[in-house]
Amino acid sequence: MRLPPQPHERIDRSQRISFLFEGTPVEAFAGDTIGSALFAAGRRVFTRSFKYHRPRGLLCCSGGCPNCMMQVDGVPNVRVCVEPVREGARVRPQNVAGSLERDLLAAVDRFGGPFTPVGFYYRTMIRPRRFWPHYERVLRNIAGLGSIDKHAERSDRYDTEHRRTEVLVIGGGRSGVEAARRAAEQGRDVVLVDDRGAPEVAGVEVIAPASAIGIYEGGLVPVDAGHVLYRFRAERIVIATGTVEQPLLFPGNDLVGVYLSSAVRRLVDEWSLKPGTRAVVIAADKRALGVTEQLQRAAIEIERVVDLREAQPRRIAVEGRNLRAVSIDGRETPCDLLVMSGGHQPAYSLLAQAGARIEYDAARGIFVPGDLPPDVSAVGSVTGERDGAAVPAASYDGGRGGKCFVCVCEDVTEKDMKRALAEGFDSLELAKRFTTVTMGPCQGRLCHLGSIRLYARDQETVEGNIGTTTARPPWSPVSLGLLAGRGHEPAKRTSIHHRHKESGARMMWTGAWRRPHSYGDPEGEAKHVHEALGVIDVSTLGKLLVRGPEAASFLELLYPNRFGDMKIGRIRYGVLGTDAGRIMDDGTIGRLDGETYYVTTTSTGADTVIEWFEWWNAVWGKDVEIVNLTGALAAVNVAGPRARELLGRLTDLDVSNDGIAYLDAKEGFVAGVPCLILRIGFVGELGYELHFPSPYGEYLWDVLLDHGADLDIRPFGLEPQRVLRLEKMHVLVGQDTDSESNVLEAGMPWIAKLDKDDFVGKWALEHVQERGFREHLVGFEMENGAIPAEGGQILLDGKPAGRVTSARLSPYLRHVIGMAWVKPELLREDSQIEIKVDGSLEPARVRLKPFFDPGGKRLRS
Amino acid sequence: MSFLLPCPNCGSRDVNEFAYAGEVTERPRESPSLRELASYVYFRRNVAGVQREWWYHRFGCELWFLAERDTRTNEVLKTELPPRATGGAAPAPGPQEAAPEAPAVR
Repeated sequence: MRLPPQPHERIDRSQRISFLFEGTPVEAFAGDTIGSALFAAGRRVFTRSFKYHRPRGLLCCSGGCPNCMMQVDGVPNVRVCVEPVREGARVRPQNVAGSLERDLLAAVDRFGGPFTPVGFYYRTMIRPRRFWPHYERVLRNIAGLGSIDKHAERSDRYDTEHRRTEVLVIGGGRSGVEAARRAAEQGRDVVLVDDRGAPEVAGVEVIAPASAIGIYEGGLVPVDAGHVLYRFRAERIVIATGTVEQPLLFPGNDLVGVYLSSAVRRLVDEWSLKPGTRAVVIAADKRALGVTEQLQRAAIEIERVVDLREAQPRRIAVEGRNLRAVSIDGRETPCDLLVMSGGHQPAYSLLAQAGARIEYDAARGIFVPGDLPPDVSAVGSVTGERDGAAVPAASYDGGRGGKCFVCVCEDVTEKDMKRALAEGFDSLELAKRFTTVTMGPCQGRLCHLGSIRLYARDQETVEGNIGTTTARPPWSPVSLGLLAGRGHEPAKRTSIHHRHKESGARMMWTGAWRRPHSYGDPEGEAKHVHEALGVIDVSTLGKLLVRGPEAASFLELLYPNRFGDMKIGRIRYGVLGTDAGRIMDDGTIGRLDGETYYVTTTSTGADTVIEWFEWWNAVWGKDVEIVNLTGALAAVNVAGPRARELLGRLTDLDVSNDGIAYLDAKEGFVAGVPCLILRIGFVGELGYELHFPSPYGEYLWDVLLDHGADLDIRPFGLEPQRVLRLEKMHVLVGQDTDSESNVLEAGMPWIAKLDKDDFVGKWALEHVQERGFREHLVGFEMENGAIPAEGGQILLDGKPAGRVTSARLSPYLRHVIGMAWVKPELLREDSQIEIKVDGSLEPARVRLKPFFDPGGKRLRS
Repeated sequence: MSFLLPCPNCGSRDVNEFAYAGEVTERPRESPSLRELASYVYFRRNVAGVQREWWYHRFGCELWFLAERDTRTNEVLKTELPPRATGGAAPAPGPQEAAPEAPAVR
């Protein structure tokens, strides 16, 4: 199967590797690719084509064309000609019904020809419309590439790495290596990227196999290195991507046995394989004609060599389904190997993406890059430098029909291109979208120039007038997994998290936080806070320290509230607004000393509020420091009639109603832990919010539960807390308010001190006052047990009159209660309304005072 | 967008590290008319050209700063600290005392 050892062969004949092809073991040597090993084992058909299911074999053998794409270990569209062999790899063909040799779908090629011109499915299968889904299913099975195993477990991990370097060389051919070496010798920091495996160069970091996907704005070059995506920023980018050998266009140019010269070169030189016995060579330049050396070395008979620089044949064709002979200007030459080459087109795509101008050079018959951007240079054959070459004909006619392929990826024939022109798609950009030429896996490597030549010929103009289509990333195929990167879902956990888990809490997401929804009995937990004692982890609250000589005036500008008159050690409820007058967040502000305020925010609003504070401070330049203590401090709220009893056991502070009064902020030790104690009443009962360093989280939690055991302390979750706050009609920002709500209409006019000179949102609130209120946030009580959905419609005399924002069954009050935005005429205790619940209208009454303890005696007790 | 933006603190960084906060607006000094208020809150010039704008180094040093950027090319002409923040009473970033271990301790 193999030739005798070749001078530069890549295989190590002493090392055997075996893998499975369709379940059958295939032997290979180290250094083989899956493609070369299959070839050595006698395989010639590697794929069935996209549309016609024609048999296809190795064509470019450089990872450019689609002819060798297979499923390898479940991954579709792997180009096996460049995929190194791996022990035990499972390889199978794709887009085939049956086997590669006998593909049942090949009937499309034999019988479908006249009925399946390009775009046929848009016309012939569109009526009647209801049949389309059936056609679609069939077509999807017939056409296409590999399939994704939807049930596959991916163990692969993809990472992204941000890199900087002085010089980034893309392409490890001779010119690329030389450029890298020279830059390294000048002491520059150099990285060389190559898609095969460039040699080691002193002082150069080589990343291979890897390919540059494109060049983006700001000189960003993403490099696909398999499981790592490097995002490179380089001071200088050197493009050495070389050329792409172009096929010739003639009937039968896609048959198995027709190769580009580069393929034959690699098969012989690198893997010591013999691609045929009798060869014909048709080539346009010296480089391709050099393949005769490999043919001789492999002892392949050279039947005929056509040097297009000397002879320009008019007719070339291969007839039949197998390559037996090629007919050139009427003369048949028997062969089983046809080496074709239409010249070498610079692989300028990355240069074009970087902003280079691409122009047609009529003398050389290729498109060449020019006007490079200042930080980008090109070296080697990508610049278009090369020996004299002939410009081949746009296509060769065989005179007797047969499919002549422009694009082997999408099975676009010369006839399809002619048809596109006849349809009026005279611009290549349009023809591309109509025929999909250049849109397949090769991304135009093998068909862009060819399609331009055809269009120039058929429109009787020159290639330069047709122009190129826009070069866009990705230049080489990239797996979606690599682009997506690793699945990062940030989850924040409080320092007491594990205690909740141990207590069997049902966890839920609130923003990025994981919080206990409840500990199994939300109703019981809510009731227990009223009757005995509860504790909840509120470490997720945003916590800010605002300190400085201008702290008071800073906060007075940010909040509608007044803070300058606050006594030290007192707390005030504050609502943040924007200059549009909208409610943004709420929380408590405690004055710790003359220049220091301790500010809490909502759990999910913390980051936004901190940015907001910092931003306004950047605008105003106040003498204030803002420190984010959200993660540094944990917090728990101990609430219920027995809260004082418990706190008294754990601190030396005077916990009487005079010692720590409602809305007092007191610093002291609780169970030896330094705490800031905020006496607040969010859940409507006597309660102390303890803020303390996070590392003590579990310790203090345990102490509270231990010392409160005889008081029957029970932890409660977020859901019971929501019920409790609803009983008090405490607004939840973001739940009861939306991006249109303001403090006046939300029923908190006492917050807004409109007599202050200025604060964020003042003018907008003044305007609201002037124009009159359009709606009000109120409470409601259902007259039966129906629980409306959030957003449920409120009706008055059959007309829309508002919407529900919160609704819960209060287990303590044994009523369904809620909050809602209603029209001004409903702002009256006991107003009768109807709420739509599951399609039927249920009666309810408006409530303006808290459902529970309207006088606030409990929380002040 | 994949351009680089020089943070006045950290130097040139990938734009993805920053949050864009829009063009610099002029907040009315005195009680504005409804029209003036609406135009300050809602209307932007949206220039095709050089624009002064706010940026926040969200995934970095958390600094708010100003940039002059050509919106057509994303060329960043300069970045700087907000003018008043660079003035005499400026809060220099990060004196150690501003981050006590536990602010609640006596």
